[in-house]
Amino acid sequence: MSPSFHELSAGQDIGSRTIEVTRTDLVKYAGASGDFNPIHWNEAFATGVELPGVIAHGMFTMGAAVQLVTDWAGDPAAVVDFQTRFTKPVLVTDTTGTPDAGAIIEVSGAIGKLDAEAGTARVDLTVVAAGQKVLMKAQAVVRLS
Amino acid sequence: MTINPDLQGRSYPAAEVYDVGREKIREFARAVKATHPAHFDVEAAKALGHKDLVAPPTFAIIIAQRADAQLIEDPDAGIDFSRVVHADQRFIHHRPIFAGDRLVAELHVDGVRAMGGGAMITTRQEIFALNDGGNGSREAVATTTSSILVRGEGQ
Repeated sequence: MSPSFHELSAGQDIGSRTIEVTRTDLVKYAGASGDFNPIHWNEAFATGVELPGVIAHGMFTMGAAVQLVTDWAGDPAAVVDFQTRFTKPVLVTDTTGTPDAGAIIEVSGAIGKLDAEAGTARVDLTVVAAGQKVLMKAQAVVRLS
Repeated sequence: MTINPDLQGRSYPAAEVYDVGREKIREFARAVKATHPAHFDVEAAKALGHKDLVAPPTFAIIIAQRADAQLIEDPDAGIDFSRVVHADQRFIHHRPIFAGDRLVAELHVDGVRAMGGGAMITTRQEIFALNDGGNGSREAVATTTSSILVRGEGQ
């Protein structure tokens, strides 16, 4: 069930989601996206280029974060514009062979702005890992009926 | 290695065609932990009025990064991929991407500016769907923009 434009107001909370990430998830994302940069799967390579360790693809975090918006909108096609800046890397520790996550990403969303003429709502996402905002200006514009 | 400042304003024409398959949409959706049925179930997508499976909102990154590879792999550009960090990304969807689409991307280098010992490069990919019939007509699907930071030594 899609939200109705006239029932929304700026500042309204659209919910939150926790995303657990493992090294396996990064390998899957590499394969699905075609981005095989070894900083996302090889510890020695990542530290060799002065990173603290293996980091998630920024596009993994961006792509996973928007699911909160897609599910709220009720139709993935309703997301007509989506942007972000990548401010901090998401470090994913190696938990292979254990049930533990290598990183936990917390996503929450609120209505930032409503455009009555266009029939769109801008959802502002807050995306945090290890206590730091990893995305900034993460904004999804949703077309509503 | 230094970034070629003359890159700004350069364009690369649409190259190979990307055929959007249902299993690729499902694979990408799983990889970003998407669960919406319109990515997986054709009947669910049709119930929302779509002609086939709908790609997730960031699916176009596959086509955009293939286009970017033309620049990154261009020896004339002077970009060391191991020092590339993604700085920002935007997707403007003129229409959704569906399974069955045949997509091409034009690449435009909109900005190059020096930052410390490195450079920030902003690129734009204009993504089109080729229409059926092979008459060369095409439809605007998405405009994607991204900035990459090529880190200099010690950055």
